[in-house]
Amino acid sequence: MTEDGGPVRINGSPVALPDDPRVSLLDLLREQAGLHGTKKGCDQGACGACTVLVDGQRVLSCLALAVQYAGREVVTIEGLSEGDTPHPLQRAFVEHEGFQCGYCTPGQICSALGMMAEVERGVPSYVTADLGAATAGLDGDELRERMSGNLCRCGAYNGIADAVAETFAGRTR
Amino acid sequence: MIPFTYARAGDEEDAVRLAGTAGSTYLGGGTNLVDLLRRTVERPSALVDVTGLSSSIEDSGGGLMIGAAARNTAVAEHRLVRTRYPVLSRAILAGASGQIRNMATVGGNLLQRTRCPYFYDVAGYRCNKRNPGEGCDAVGGPHRGHAILGASPACIAVHPSDMCVALAALDADVHLRGAGGSRLVPLTGLHRLPGTHPEIETVLAPGELITGVQLPAPVTGERSAYRKVRDRASYAFALVSVAALLGVQDGVVTSARLALGGVAPKPWRAYTAERSLIGGPATATAFRAAAEAELAAATPLRDNGFKVELAVRTITAVLDGLVREERA
Repeated sequence: MTEDGGPVRINGSPVALPDDPRVSLLDLLREQAGLHGTKKGCDQGACGACTVLVDGQRVLSCLALAVQYAGREVVTIEGLSEGDTPHPLQRAFVEHEGFQCGYCTPGQICSALGMMAEVERGVPSYVTADLGAATAGLDGDELRERMSGNLCRCGAYNGIADAVAETFAGRTR
Repeated sequence: MIPFTYARAGDEEDAVRLAGTAGSTYLGGGTNLVDLLRRTVERPSALVDVTGLSSSIEDSGGGLMIGAAARNTAVAEHRLVRTRYPVLSRAILAGASGQIRNMATVGGNLLQRTRCPYFYDVAGYRCNKRNPGEGCDAVGGPHRGHAILGASPACIAVHPSDMCVALAALDADVHLRGAGGSRLVPLTGLHRLPGTHPEIETVLAPGELITGVQLPAPVTGERSAYRKVRDRASYAFALVSVAALLGVQDGVVTSARLALGGVAPKPWRAYTAERSLIGGPATATAFRAAAEAELAAATPLRDNGFKVELAVRTITAVLDGLVREERA
């Protein structure tokens, strides 16, 4: 058995791991770290509202046992803005009305940032025609396929897709 | 969740030793197990975290060796998988969501439990998988998503994996390690049909660990495809899925490897269809006949009869698509 222990880092600050291994990363964020931006939707991995970034990869914090994340770097919606300046993707969500009630929004934004990193790495999707291609993009059905793990009960999908597409185009230009 | 202890395994030997205690369960990415713990469907007393074990993906004599701790995304995006085994990439990418694929391991994908809603509803329904011998409420009541092949009166749940369907078609082997040593089992022999004991889902001995998956070298000239039919376009389990590898020369089928998902309690290698295909003409008529031969063994229930025709049509369309691709 190894003890690579140490705390988990959340938005740059160390947070002690729970003594009880039943605590999810989501509950650690919301109840121990006091970060309420990450939302508990279904708590069973079906809705994507609890999406956060771990070492730059998007994951579902509701299905993550916090004890598994010792020494890892977690970024939540609270960690994206620079002081009072929102992240470009946050600004794009406002401009494109990428939400109505806002409950799914933190998960949508973290998921989209993780997705952009995957695309930039060349990770294919189920709708990618040529799996041998070294590069990936967000044309056609790609964006919606890659974001399908984030549900929006208000149905703000068109605004979400526009916000993500515009921000992504800005990043790759 | 009921209380459990947690330990992180440093290596395979450590993992097997830690899991030697009764009531232990291996933990991978947690994407299925954590949900089952929360619903108290799974009630282990100890979790042994095996995500620190081998996650390497390497050439192995023209084939491929994949460490069981490799994440689903890492396999799907790997250059060797995309070029040698595109059907495996495509199958993995057909499953779950981007977030879940980043977490889920190969070993965990192989051992994920059915998504039968009766199995998950501890308070509401009887389930022979959860409580052996108490009965199955799925048999009598809405069951449009359930099995048409390989089921039994005790259990009609389907195996939910997409990845396993591709691995079954690819003749993958699974490396196991237990207290008594290591062994290799074919993926098609890893999962058991329910019979009268649906609670026993694999041939793994208690405490036995999946350490890796091995793929033989690809068959020259075979084209492959994975198609998944589901209730919504993405992020849903299969009603029917088909993994197919087909070799055709001068209009004659020279090799055919076919597996089905969403229709059976295990990834279903369609041997009957393969026998019907090999040596025959590569035509839609022959493809449909082969599919019908496979599905002749189907035992549909009140609500899931549509899957028989859906499977026949999907197999036919996938094989026909491969031939058209070849001609183009």
